[in-house]
Amino acid sequence: MDTRDPHDARLSRRRFVQGLMLGGAAAGLGMRAGVTMAQSDAVAPRELRGTRFDLAIGELPVDFTGRRRLATAVNGQLPAPLLRWREGDTVTLRVTNRLRVPSSIHWHGILLPAGMDGVPGISFPGIAPGETFTYRFPLRQSGTYWYHSHSGFQEQTGLYGPIVIEPARGERFPAERDYVVMLSDWTDEDPLAVYAHLKQQGDYYNYAEPTAPEFLRDVRTQGLRRALAERRMWQRMRMSPADLADVGGATYTYLMNGRTPVDNWEGLFKRGEKVRLRFINGSAMTLFDVRIPGLKMTVVAADGQDVEPVSVDEFRIAVAETYDVIVEPSDDRAWTVFAQAIDRSGYARGTLAPRAGMDAPVPAMDARPVLSMGDMMGAMGGGSMARHARPEYRNPGVDMRVDTPRSNLDDPGIGLRGNGRRALAYADLHTIGGALDAREPGREIELHLTGNMQRYMWSFDGVKFSDAKPLHFRAGERLRLVLVNDTMMNHPIHLHGMWSELENADGGFQVRKHTIDVQPAQRVAYGVTANALGRWAYHCHMLYHMEAGMMREVVVS
Amino acid sequence: MSAFVRIALACLALSLSPWVLAQQVAPAPASSTGGMDMSSMPGMDHPHDAETDMSAVDHGRHGMDAMPHTRMQGGAAPPDARSADDSDGTGDGAMPGMEMRDAEPLGMLRFDQLEAFDGLHADGTAWEMEGWYGTDTDKLRLRSEGQRDGGRFDDSDAEALWSHAVAAYWDTELGVRSDFGSGPARQWLAFGVQGLAPYWFELAATAYAGQGGRTAARLRADYELRITQRWILQPEWEVNLYGRDDPQRRLGSGLSDASFGLRLRYEIRRQFAPYLGVVWTQRFGGTATFARDGGGTAFDRRLVAGLRFWF
Ligand SMILES: [Cu+2]
Repeated sequence: MDTRDPHDARLSRRRFVQGLMLGGAAAGLGMRAGVTMAQSDAVAPRELRGTRFDLAIGELPVDFTGRRRLATAVNGQLPAPLLRWREGDTVTLRVTNRLRVPSSIHWHGILLPAGMDGVPGISFPGIAPGETFTYRFPLRQSGTYWYHSHSGFQEQTGLYGPIVIEPARGERFPAERDYVVMLSDWTDEDPLAVYAHLKQQGDYYNYAEPTAPEFLRDVRTQGLRRALAERRMWQRMRMSPADLADVGGATYTYLMNGRTPVDNWEGLFKRGEKVRLRFINGSAMTLFDVRIPGLKMTVVAADGQDVEPVSVDEFRIAVAETYDVIVEPSDDRAWTVFAQAIDRSGYARGTLAPRAGMDAPVPAMDARPVLSMGDMMGAMGGGSMARHARPEYRNPGVDMRVDTPRSNLDDPGIGLRGNGRRALAYADLHTIGGALDAREPGREIELHLTGNMQRYMWSFDGVKFSDAKPLHFRAGERLRLVLVNDTMMNHPIHLHGMWSELENADGGFQVRKHTIDVQPAQRVAYGVTANALGRWAYHCHMLYHMEAGMMREVVVS
Repeated sequence: MSAFVRIALACLALSLSPWVLAQQVAPAPASSTGGMDMSSMPGMDHPHDAETDMSAVDHGRHGMDAMPHTRMQGGAAPPDARSADDSDGTGDGAMPGMEMRDAEPLGMLRFDQLEAFDGLHADGTAWEMEGWYGTDTDKLRLRSEGQRDGGRFDDSDAEALWSHAVAAYWDTELGVRSDFGSGPARQWLAFGVQGLAPYWFELAATAYAGQGGRTAARLRADYELRITQRWILQPEWEVNLYGRDDPQRRLGSGLSDASFGLRLRYEIRRQFAPYLGVVWTQRFGGTATFARDGGGTAFDRRLVAGLRFWF
């Protein structure tokens, strides 16, 4: 128990968060200040089971950094309650909006009728203040999913929660323990201010830009010619190799199941037990690299769908993705669950332990990676030529195009290449049972992910949502969506209502997902069966990218 | 000072070349960058700069030959470019409730400089501020700079411009400028371009037309050199030109004045940064003569201390 006075604890917590920003020096302090936090006292993790649910969206006072703020929560909880469903059941969810603004809940990754999808303006008009909306749909799948608001920035302020759907025929990979590990990013700022800051200065939250002394150091060690050559391309293009995350630790505190690194979420186990960890990235903007130092993780499901087990040391989880892993802690000791942000500006952290109150060393964050030429130019000297859309030219909203995108699904991504750990790549994922629809796609729709970092504009094919026409999928057709990332950032692209079945480089089936992360300068293709009639959202799951226009409406008719 | 002269000339070329505008509509020549050709700007760029010239970067066996020699930014669409319309004629749904922010206007007000200066001949206060409100592509931009010494305004102006995004890094501006302080007020129509040049130079070049056939031009460039993530050294260049003498405002025709400032700021927060700096100003030709006749000199060096802040 922490005996320091609250003021003291608050100070150290504040310093802790800032310390992350300045380089993670506070990591090993072993502070337990978190026990004094209002958040952890007020909120016990709660799980709701059954087929009928009453959920109330409201405000919740929270304190993650020493400052009191209002979060958006469900039933007074952040994350929202874990919903445990059973495959084959029909669930009824009465969602009441107790906010002063419209709200909504979207059931991420769930196949359901269009009217139940919960996207205001596309699926339904939203839930007005004081109103109750009843969602009702049958469950035709199992696995780990999540739900979140699709209204404004409510997802950033806490409206997200896990869903676990138990398979009708029992788990394919049984485990003695089963924990949800929901990762998220919290800011004390008003998300609208965050968005405005990004529009005002694209690198507002980036405190790792190249500096003049670094250049001089490179000149000393590599010679002027080489140091200049290395910077020339970036300088000419007015791009930054440090452009890894738009929003980072300068404002974010990273949470694991709603707890700060100091507050340390805890999962208990007995030695020798199999522990299933259901990782969900419920962040607004943060890709996490997850590992449990000393433990191999066996990935058994991706985006709710069982995959051939693959053993890894580390995996990247993009915004909105879910991964189930099984670990078998063999010793009677604590293990740190460590999730560092892609830009290494901070981390979420928790502990697996045989007894409550234990701690394991927290590893230092890796060095912040810098984007390579391949992240900007694609497969230099190889790869297929991309075919850009007309609005990608002479467009103030498009600051670059990649002509020869990479199609390397075996690339775990920047910061995970050659770091000495076995990192998961999409090429490692094989959904058990293959594609749901074996037909060869009859049609191909190519879309490019485009943006302008300086102006903070984001779009598909250079056309942002408000200027775009919907995409039309013909009812029943099997089609191929091709995404080419013409930017230097990762974009996790989420198609509502239908599965995205990722193809390997040869056009064969790879893995079934609801959210596909497209790496910088990468090209991916996936099959979609247009069997869900109606209007659906299709967007980048980086919240501020979506709000800035990286979204389309899909019409299946 | 040679870099200064080169950039001044570059800005001049940029602002006065009629093809700057033509670039926005005509097919780009092979050397253009995002609809804005920098190749004629000596010292700023080279004709092939914005292309995917990887010759200087060692990337193993993939040499220049293997590279598709195409532009990564701007330019005209090739004939085989895709249509971005996959709608089959399907329209938007009529569902209410959508609240996307991609077309919502935002604003900003920034004092780049709000400073006290101590010069060789005078001391006082000076400012340079800019504000905008609008969407990604169209903004109302307000700008003002000037100074106060001896209790009155001197050589100050304010501009209101419609700013329109024309390329990834470039905006055109059209509006009015009003000069005030020392002498009669002058009104101008303003037209210019501003944006971010390769190598991260912020450039602005504006041409002005006033009453009675007066003309003027102003060229500005600045750069942000990061010493650390919070210590930033900002060199800034400004040149003013006038088409003819204006004795009442003590301005001579031709190159009137040029200044170079060097300010070192510390960003306590992004939006709040105190700074210290030095500014050198040289008046030329008729303007220098007017200054000397008025008891001043053609050259001034000022120490400045101030605040940069925005919201
Ligand atoms: Cu995105």
